[in-house]
Amino acid sequence: MIDIWHRLPMRGKMLCLAALAAAIAAPLVADRYLLSVLILVFYFAYLGQAWNLLMGFAGQLSLGHALYLGLGAYTATALWTLFGIGPWIGVFIAIPVAAAAGMIVGWLGWRFAIEGVYFALLTIAFAEFTRIGFDHLQITGASAGLFLSVNSPGSDKWWNLGGGPLLYYYLALILAVAATLLVAWLRRSPLGYRWLAVREDPEAARAAGIDIFRAKMIAMLISASMTAVGGVFYGFYYRNLFPSQVFDIGRSIEIIMAPIIGGLGTVFGPLVGAILLTPLGESLTALMQHFGVNTPGAKSIFYGLTLMVIITLQPSGVWPWLARKLGLDRPRT
Amino acid sequence: MTAITLNIVVQGILTGLVYGLMALGLSVIFGVMRVVNFAHGEFTVVAMYAAFLLFDMLGVSPLVSLLPIAVAFFFLGYVLQRSLVEPFISRAEHEQFILLVGLATVVVNGLLLIFGPDAHPINLPYSFDSYTVGSLFIDKVRVFAALGAFAICIALFLFFRYTRTGTAIRACADNLTGAGVVGLNVKQLYAVTFGLGFACIGAAGTLMATIADASPGLAPAYTLLAFVIVIIGGLGSMAGALVGGVLIGISEALAGFYIQPSMKSMFSFALLIIVLVLRPQGLMGRRL
Amino acid sequence: MTALLSINGISKRFRGLAAVSRVSFDVSQGEIFAVIGPNGAGKTTLFNMIAGAIPPDEGTITFAGTRTDGLRSDQIARLGVGRTFQLVRPFPALTVEDNVIIGALMQTKTVRDAETIARDTLARLDLFDKRTQIASSLTLPDRKRLEVARALATGPKLLLLDEVMAGLRPTETDRIVATLRDLNRDGLTILLIEHVMRAVTALASRILVLHHGAAIAEGNPEQVLRDPAVVESYLGAESL
Repeated sequence: MIDIWHRLPMRGKMLCLAALAAAIAAPLVADRYLLSVLILVFYFAYLGQAWNLLMGFAGQLSLGHALYLGLGAYTATALWTLFGIGPWIGVFIAIPVAAAAGMIVGWLGWRFAIEGVYFALLTIAFAEFTRIGFDHLQITGASAGLFLSVNSPGSDKWWNLGGGPLLYYYLALILAVAATLLVAWLRRSPLGYRWLAVREDPEAARAAGIDIFRAKMIAMLISASMTAVGGVFYGFYYRNLFPSQVFDIGRSIEIIMAPIIGGLGTVFGPLVGAILLTPLGESLTALMQHFGVNTPGAKSIFYGLTLMVIITLQPSGVWPWLARKLGLDRPRT
Repeated sequence: MTAITLNIVVQGILTGLVYGLMALGLSVIFGVMRVVNFAHGEFTVVAMYAAFLLFDMLGVSPLVSLLPIAVAFFFLGYVLQRSLVEPFISRAEHEQFILLVGLATVVVNGLLLIFGPDAHPINLPYSFDSYTVGSLFIDKVRVFAALGAFAICIALFLFFRYTRTGTAIRACADNLTGAGVVGLNVKQLYAVTFGLGFACIGAAGTLMATIADASPGLAPAYTLLAFVIVIIGGLGSMAGALVGGVLIGISEALAGFYIQPSMKSMFSFALLIIVLVLRPQGLMGRRL
Repeated sequence: MTALLSINGISKRFRGLAAVSRVSFDVSQGEIFAVIGPNGAGKTTLFNMIAGAIPPDEGTITFAGTRTDGLRSDQIARLGVGRTFQLVRPFPALTVEDNVIIGALMQTKTVRDAETIARDTLARLDLFDKRTQIASSLTLPDRKRLEVARALATGPKLLLLDEVMAGLRPTETDRIVATLRDLNRDGLTILLIEHVMRAVTALASRILVLHHGAAIAEGNPEQVLRDPAVVESYLGAESL
């Protein structure tokens, strides 16, 4: 970790520290609305890091990450509403549940040499399958949804992930920063190098002694686990869960936006993507409300167009370009 | 088999043929260009709305508007390929995916903006008529839709088999470099292929409008449905798309009746997962 | 001398066509062994079987006392067989150094050590100055050297080289020949497929000639290159 820090040029160190300080101090000046936007920024940055690990580093396209998000959210939320088990314990059950789902998807796909588009479709299939399953699972409220009561004893305490926006803000910030540090460390670890090799050329990776199945499975394990933690946050932040929302393919696509826009396979891409994208979407909504337009689809149209424009003009994302502009792309002297 | 089960299976086969036609469009595009049209269901719903508008405003029956809509969709596909997709042909898979996911998002939300979330049914005078064959009661519209879909599929088979352009497109699919070497205009043929895929969408959407009510919410479901069908049948196999369509049609109909309508696609996905695991190239596909 | 690699009657058929049929030979510890033959003789198929990229239909392969036929290519690589690909496949979007670090991580656990190994290897193959370049931006000769560097960095006991000299200018060929001879002097066993006879005669202590998938001659270069069958089937056609 220290090693990575030393590799950053001076300007990069200053920028990181300044951004971190600004993020920590933000609640001093931000109003409730701005804070809610920032919570989303860090939430998407965090999930983006999780997805980027699998796609950006190990090269495996998952379009079904809503599966792990939803399983994480449902596991922790259901444990709380049904058995009174708090989220700080629940998260350690949510992680293995989502990780197990990831292992099944990965094992089924990669054992049978299902790659690329086929693998992506398999991930969608599993997420959809689970969505419909939860739509009919009575114990979690089926399609009518699962709600976290705000009146039950202890539900407003921080140890039960209840409280004001400040709690969620700092939680999301910690998640995003921790995920970024984890990814930065993994990138420079032997595992990270193996992932890159698998992404670039599986056959050549094998020739370099890499067990590519194992490498992909580990990537899936970490990615699904991280996403599950994001799901726990989702469940306790929104305090209501509907299968048709949390397992939806739209949710999966939402997760992948930030890393793609920011820069696939880069450490800062998901962060930059989330910082750009979330406020853009929010301000668009605000702008439309200001002009009295109340149309649900407009924001999504904007997202869709953004995706198309970025992937056409800057397929490697904003961050590599930005890093060049800021002179941060030459990490070593 | 009891009469009621038989009834349901027949309905499933008929619906499945329309599904098959829709999936055929996806299969043709993928088989030739190796591009997965992620906006497939979205454009199918666009065609449904086109059929609805023509019926609602001009009173044109979908069976009549079938041809003009299919032709219009051919040109839509042709132009889309030329302007949007062409630069992505040689790009990474995930980049193509993202481009088309973006397009799909724009289209489905565009529909939502214009038409709102409510369903728009086409009420033909014979919408509730049915044929009686022995103990079978078969919806008239479903028969028409299935026959139309089947006829168009046959026409497409014949096109690929017996026309110069069709043969040239198959050559591109088999050996791209070779096709370029012998002087085929690959770009042009790709655009025609995309156009044909879209003509399938246009026709399938129009026929679908007679048996299902157009609404934006159908779009992602149809995209997934087309994928499931094509993978079960075998990506790139034309016959596979039809077989897959019929299989899914039957599975949906049976699950919808005997279990729960809202769980019918769960069985489709389960079928998909089983096929992917046991035979990833699909039922009728060539080995990967 | 003991055999490091022992090939015993291996065959491979593709759709009934025999690409390699019942080929046997031994490669001794410390030697440079060359496999030559006209295009389509089955050289690369033979190589892919040794490296584990494709399994042989019959026969056995023993490397350093372990049966390797049927193992995956990554398992064989970890046993100590490094390889290059005929059509070079460096990791295109990564830097030259990262390419070689990935190889080096096979013999060490830490990235820091892998970096040291990578730099030494790159220096040895005249790529040190290009270590921060992106692999896809290299010229073909450099990419070929990068392939050798990556394979070498895995710390192999046996290095399989698939036509690394093809397409290079004579001066570049001579440089690689010199490097390989150095490596061999330090104890590395090399098995090479080569078309460039100038390199084969300069390097190989023994040669195996493949023709239509079968071995038609084996021995030291003088013997083999004078063998009438070899001259007719191979050298006659392409000439020295």
